[in-house]
Amino acid sequence: MIKKSASEMAAALAAKEISSVELTKAHLDRIGAVDKEVHAFLYVDTEGALAQAKAIDDSRAKGEQLAPLAGVPIALKDVFTQKGVPTTCGSKILEGWRPPYDATVTANLKKNGIVILGKTNMDEFAMGSSTENSAYGPSHNPWDLTRIPGGSGGGSSASIAAFEAPLAIGTDTGGSIRQPAAVTGTVGVKPTYGGVSRYGLVAFSSSLDQGGPCARTVLDAALLHEAIGGHDPKDSTSINAPVPKVVEAAKNGNVKGLKIGVIKELQGDGYQRGVLNRFNESIEILASLGAEIVEVSCPSFQYALAAYYLIAPSECSSNLARFDAMRYGIRVGDGDAESVMRATREAGFGREVKRRIILGTYALSSGYYDAYYGSALKVRTLIMQDFAKAFAGADVLVSPTAPTTAFKIGEKANDPLAMYLNDVATIPVNLAGICGMSLPSGLADEDDLPAGFQIMAPAMEDQRLYNVGAALEAALLSKWGSPLLSKAPALGGSK
Amino acid sequence: MSSLSRAEVAKLAKLARIEMTDAELDALSTEFEVILGAVDRVQEVAKSDVKPTSHPLPINNVVRPDEVKPSLTPEEALSGAPAQEEQRFRVPQILGEE
Repeated sequence: MIKKSASEMAAALAAKEISSVELTKAHLDRIGAVDKEVHAFLYVDTEGALAQAKAIDDSRAKGEQLAPLAGVPIALKDVFTQKGVPTTCGSKILEGWRPPYDATVTANLKKNGIVILGKTNMDEFAMGSSTENSAYGPSHNPWDLTRIPGGSGGGSSASIAAFEAPLAIGTDTGGSIRQPAAVTGTVGVKPTYGGVSRYGLVAFSSSLDQGGPCARTVLDAALLHEAIGGHDPKDSTSINAPVPKVVEAAKNGNVKGLKIGVIKELQGDGYQRGVLNRFNESIEILASLGAEIVEVSCPSFQYALAAYYLIAPSECSSNLARFDAMRYGIRVGDGDAESVMRATREAGFGREVKRRIILGTYALSSGYYDAYYGSALKVRTLIMQDFAKAFAGADVLVSPTAPTTAFKIGEKANDPLAMYLNDVATIPVNLAGICGMSLPSGLADEDDLPAGFQIMAPAMEDQRLYNVGAALEAALLSKWGSPLLSKAPALGGSK
Repeated sequence: MSSLSRAEVAKLAKLARIEMTDAELDALSTEFEVILGAVDRVQEVAKSDVKPTSHPLPINNVVRPDEVKPSLTPEEALSGAPAQEEQRFRVPQILGEE
């Protein structure tokens, strides 16, 4: 049962073929069997998950009306607060912290009866593309345990690829849902900025951060998207409009007559041959399904990475000022307040977080503000203009999600720029506040590792992602004969 | 190409309230040369006729009626505090003796 999709699990639960307690136990057993190798979880809430599952089973037995995913388990990225459950953001500075409240996403999961198995590993404060920046050690890619599962949400992607959970929650500031999905052969969606509440999501870069669904199928992602999305009065940047009809779109994938724009600048140099081969095949499939393929140019995208690595550190330098050793988290030293802050932040933050705080402090400092932060904001305008022009001639835009398949753990750990280049194709979406999806396009020829196909749509048109994604997924599935993940090697001695 | 001296990095670290070892300062000033060289590129296209965008959405103040709603108890609010006293966060000395 653990290898089924979340929607199949939901159907089995509704038909009372299995109870939520049984399903939850099966996943907890799987975690027990394989997580030593995968290290997807920072905390497994066995007791809480089983109590939640039992409550759902009781409600079902009484004949109560339940939400579509009620009783299905999920893994939650450790950047969302969950009342009473340790929340570290992959950082030493929050070690031992148990938040006194639920994030809105967490509350929405509970309201929908989705059973929270535990908290997943991540790059510290979501800064990274590999989980190597986690203070608690990296997660491992189930396709090859010596490789990264992507980042920052590598624990979430690894957990679903390893069948430890059918669903997971991620956050995407520059690609942290989509790139992990790409390198693990799973599906990840960054909803439109403002589409899913950020209340209780520990902030990294507030104008870019967006929570969203991770799953093994497009339909599962859609079901989760509708469960967590929607207006939240507690988040002042939450869009006050209904959630786009993503489930309906995922059930009726059809690209006939759609215009699909291939972004010229997001391919070529720096992209692995096998990733491009799978990308081009997917384009051919979409054309054969009746889509019209057009090439579009987004000339300012070449500056997106540079703008991102000024804007995100600038916002983080301000957001992470809250970790001052006064109200929560660890406290180091016993001198005056300033020396305690300095010692605590020295001991509590890892290298990448310090690097970004210092870079952001510099980019915002008097005398450099216009040249760095100010210029980056102008690039952001240019990127939004590029998207607007491109969407004038196409319903959705597409590109490879990440330029390469999963790299080896340690390979790029000492080269921040090489690491940043992973996000070259995902970052423009965040800067513009629009939505994007990654789904598997197959295995790259060189290394038999998963490659990702990215779909982008205008703000609040998230249903377009699911429409195109579902059509491509169905065509690829019939070509492969079985889901891509069935080709991944076995883990932990179990089948 | 832009770069930052070790002393400049030390000053930024002080502003950001992060204690840093000599080795960390050395490493960061070397890395910044590479990183700043890469992010410098934004200036190529940031012309004066381009308006800056700080946020993807129009940002407005959001207000709600001033009604009392349930919130955290003092115990909950203080539950993560490194130190507390008389229902307050206990913090190290901030001001000097005088």
